[in-house]
Amino acid sequence: MRRWAVASMVAVGVMLAGWMARAETLVADLSSHLIAITTGFTGTEVVLFGAVEQPGDIAVVVTGPRADVVVRRKARTVGIWLNRDSLAFQQVPGFYMLATNRPLDRLLPEPVLERHEIGLNNMALVPSHKATLERPGAEIAEYREALIRNKQKLELYPTALGQVAFLGQHLFRTNVYFPANVPTGVYTVSVYLIRDGDVVSAQTTPLVVSKVGFSAEIFEFAQRQSLVYGLAAVMGAITAGWLAGAVFRRV
Amino acid sequence: MQVYLPIAEMTVNAVLVLAMGGLVGFLSGLFGVGGGFLMTPLLIFIGVPPAVAVGTQANQLVAASVSGVLAHWRRQNVDVKMGVVMMIGGNVGTALGVWLFGILQDLGQIDVVISLFYVVILGSVGGLMLVESARALWRVRRAGPSRRKLHQHIWIHGLPFKMRFPRSKLYVSALAPLGIGVVGGVLVAIMGIGGGFLLVPAMIYLLGMPTALVAGTSLFQIIFTTATATLLQAATNHTVDVLLALLLLVGGVIGAQFGTRVSSRLRGEWVRLLLALVVVAVAGKLAVDMILTPDDLYSITTREPS
Repeated sequence: MRRWAVASMVAVGVMLAGWMARAETLVADLSSHLIAITTGFTGTEVVLFGAVEQPGDIAVVVTGPRADVVVRRKARTVGIWLNRDSLAFQQVPGFYMLATNRPLDRLLPEPVLERHEIGLNNMALVPSHKATLERPGAEIAEYREALIRNKQKLELYPTALGQVAFLGQHLFRTNVYFPANVPTGVYTVSVYLIRDGDVVSAQTTPLVVSKVGFSAEIFEFAQRQSLVYGLAAVMGAITAGWLAGAVFRRV
Repeated sequence: MQVYLPIAEMTVNAVLVLAMGGLVGFLSGLFGVGGGFLMTPLLIFIGVPPAVAVGTQANQLVAASVSGVLAHWRRQNVDVKMGVVMMIGGNVGTALGVWLFGILQDLGQIDVVISLFYVVILGSVGGLMLVESARALWRVRRAGPSRRKLHQHIWIHGLPFKMRFPRSKLYVSALAPLGIGVVGGVLVAIMGIGGGFLLVPAMIYLLGMPTALVAGTSLFQIIFTTATATLLQAATNHTVDVLLALLLLVGGVIGAQFGTRVSSRLRGEWVRLLLALVVVAVAGKLAVDMILTPDDLYSITTREPS
């Protein structure tokens, strides 16, 4: 571990020296910085494009808003399956996607991937403090796997590695797909420029996923004035029921 | 046509939800029950979070019971006094149920409790109905209907705080309708059903109410318990999706009209037998799901950032 830390420190030093010698220019941007969830939202695709001055490899990581996640494990109890055990993870990204222009193992050595949290296996998932002391590592790993598996099932952690395509030596692009159930909030899109087994430059761009229009208004109403919203829902239902009864009385 | 539900935070096919509303509406028109016991499992099945399914269902049932009670009201088949006493119990039960719902949700046990309630209550009521209707059909074939005893004295009649209910021609303890109301209210909050299929037999067999008044009075009471449930779920758990409720309502109203028409062509015993079969099937499906080993033993819940 320590040796790696020293090595990486040296690497950072070398990188900084290189940086000063010739600035690694990397520019990237998104086709849209706002994903609007409207009433007809069924998922959407955002194009990320960019350019590099000197040829190199590119990795793109899209991370969704973070929230605590509880993973529960079922066990058979008196014949039925009940949630018996659970483990909470802190600050889990609501969305995680990785796109690269070549397979991960040919891109960067493990420690560098870990340092930059590139790839689902290297994503930092921190269990709550108590759990780390009390539970064996294998068990935590199992919960971690289950968390990722469930997120993948929801399409929030795409299983397939995204493709970064180079157009010539300098221009690159990739498509990021957001399914209909994307969590709302601020996303970070990180672009890494990679050369000789290390990250030589990086750029981060924000992306906002937000409910807009009718669905946003309903959501805001329900959250901010929940009692009034409830009253409105009841009044609406009474009116609708009354109307239905009156209309169909004639038919 | 895809529609994004703002509270459930998911996209559903509007046509599918309308069709589900229509189907359940048809069955509720056919059987004269609210149909909530079918809708909640269906909603959960298409991926609506259980909490949202239950909260929204309560809202939809307000409308369904208002339109249902109108017909009974015109024929004066509602015992308002009895309904009000049941409603008081119902609101207590609903508040209790919503509170329990919140606790169970935090514990991560709400799904299994909803399933258990369904299996136990639907299973037993459905089973009893199945036996009763099969027996009735058998009896009709063999001989004419036997005469029932006019008044049976059971433990209910020993309770204190007796009250007169002129419309039902009853003199019973207020605790009995109050207690039935409480049970109904808990069911509204936890199962997202009106509880008609449990209230109706309880009112007939436990209270001894005239059959003609039972449906109208239980619907009258359900309006208030479901309204309270909607309010509380919206205020505490934020789980009422008005857009989903609207879709269910439109489908339900149309379906119910067809159901009522078909119902008038069928004999009562057959209708009850069919209903019993549907109820038992739903309970059986849920029981099997609880017993079979799930595909993934693990599940995840995202905590709302507070």
